[in-house]
Amino acid sequence: PPSSLPSPTVAPDRVTVHFINRDGETLTTTAKEGESLLEVVVNQNLSIDGFGACEGTLACSTCHLIFEENVFQKLDAITDEEMDMLDLAYGLTDTSRLGCQVCVKKAMDGLTVQVPMEVADLRKGLEVGKQSK
Amino acid sequence: MGLSCGCVCWKWGSPLRRWRPDGGLAGFSKLLSTAALAPQICIVGSGPAGFYTAQHLLKHHQLAQVDIYEKLPVPFGLVRFGVAPDHPEVKNVINTFTQTARSDRCSFYGNVTIGKDVMVEELEQAYHAVVLSYGAEDNRILGIPGENLSGVYSARAFVGWYNGLPENRDLKPDLSSETAVVLGQGNVALDVARILLSPLDTLRKTDITEGSLAAIACSRVKRVWLVGRRGPLQVAFTIKELREMINLPGTRPLLDSADFTGLGDAIKDVPRPRKRLTELMVKSALETPGEREAGRWASATKEWGLKFRRSPLEVLPAADGKQARGVRLAVTRLEGSGESARAVPTGEMEELECGLVLSSIGYRSLPLDPSVPFDPKLGIIPNSLGRVQGVPGLYCSGWVKRGPTGVIITTMNDSFDTAQSVLEDLQSGVLNLSDTKEGFKSLRSVLHSRGVHPVTFSDWEKIDAAEVARGKLAGKPREKIVDLQEMLQLIGH
Repeated sequence: PPSSLPSPTVAPDRVTVHFINRDGETLTTTAKEGESLLEVVVNQNLSIDGFGACEGTLACSTCHLIFEENVFQKLDAITDEEMDMLDLAYGLTDTSRLGCQVCVKKAMDGLTVQVPMEVADLRKGLEVGKQSK
Repeated sequence: MGLSCGCVCWKWGSPLRRWRPDGGLAGFSKLLSTAALAPQICIVGSGPAGFYTAQHLLKHHQLAQVDIYEKLPVPFGLVRFGVAPDHPEVKNVINTFTQTARSDRCSFYGNVTIGKDVMVEELEQAYHAVVLSYGAEDNRILGIPGENLSGVYSARAFVGWYNGLPENRDLKPDLSSETAVVLGQGNVALDVARILLSPLDTLRKTDITEGSLAAIACSRVKRVWLVGRRGPLQVAFTIKELREMINLPGTRPLLDSADFTGLGDAIKDVPRPRKRLTELMVKSALETPGEREAGRWASATKEWGLKFRRSPLEVLPAADGKQARGVRLAVTRLEGSGESARAVPTGEMEELECGLVLSSIGYRSLPLDPSVPFDPKLGIIPNSLGRVQGVPGLYCSGWVKRGPTGVIITTMNDSFDTAQSVLEDLQSGVLNLSDTKEGFKSLRSVLHSRGVHPVTFSDWEKIDAAEVARGKLAGKPREKIVDLQEMLQLIGH
């Protein structure tokens, strides 16, 4: 049979997304086109500690995700408001975005994103970068 | 069972495998006593640190019972009393905290003051582990003459006042002068400036208290200076809050171009967050505003500005000797650069006229109980990864552990870290579970005998419902009850 047949267990309008959790475990799920990655985590009840504290209102950076370079380049442009909050995220990288601002598209099928390490995991006596209230 | 980086998932085997009923009552009572194997954990403080520590413990341990104690009848700490009324999205974390409080293995006990109603040593007898998450209820003092004049307040008390913290209810800040000086350039400083200058129509729709809204409606304050000892590259506020201030309707920014000329070069290689923040200040100070912004600034009736390299020496008294009339400032210069730059006096001085002074130089934790180690210089409980030094079984999380800076995500990560230490100690046997602890059960009667009546989470939900109902009448998300007695009467205490 042709290798391009969709998997019979995934409905045709759903997009497969892999979240690499902080402990290295991959959480694989499906999403509806147009759902934000935060909505995916919430709707699929994925076990990612502390994800989405402000519930998608651009008032925190806890839905911070790291993308692969080629995927990152194709995402919709980042707004100043998103960048303002992303600037406060731990472990900020050049391919970081906030999950609440990235919506799933068909072309992203098979997307893999990394949940960044928290400060909690950098435990060898590293000084936390100070951020004022 | 595995200890993997960042997450401990610790499941007991089925109790049936360990306790085989021998057919008689004795066997079944052994089965029932598996409840004795459940760790009893106590958390002191119900702000973000307390709740995130509880959340992590409950999620990663299938049997732990977590009791959260709070001195006020109402939970949530600074999320309720610190976050500005016009920042409701930041308060969305209350939803996840509410879920945690409602879970089977979590109990909330409000209206109980640890260190007064019950001592930490008594908690340690009742629980396998005690986590101190009580935050920073005080503020750093300026230590300058005139600090106690009328018209001088800590930003912490002012924030408590407009957010309905019962102890600040009677602050009655003097808002009768045109100019206010805020000492400090962090997000709290921006919050108080913004609340002082916001259009009333905006404030009216928030959960700001009725009393403070009425006072602000009569306010004559038109100008707020935020004064910092160091320069623009050392401001502690963040870009979202600055942007909000720049765009505040009815106001114009007063930024001295001399402070910002040439800064572009200095920030070429700094990390993106500092770079973008500085670029926004530079743009606002040096670039000609667009048509719309120019129009807004021209018609503005209120203004705010940043003064740099000024260190407060004295609050100057008016003729009556009781009221503040201005601040004397030392002009400083910077030695070093970046975050570690130091402000050094030049010998020059200036006076800044004002009738309201708000010191916004940091919150401060206080020692809770003589049996708990406390570092008065750093204002924290000495600890290593949340384990209190020298006291096994005692932990800390949040501002009392790290110091009073950071946003909610900082505290969240920190609390998960402490919870991790507790989980590790449960697994390794440092916390001895065969030592039976009864948790709240063993404290109930002693609290009662001391006249202490804990407020449960469903009691809080009654107070919550009353506040929301009253708010609805006024077109607000809630009308906070600011009187402790009124809160207690509402729930029949």
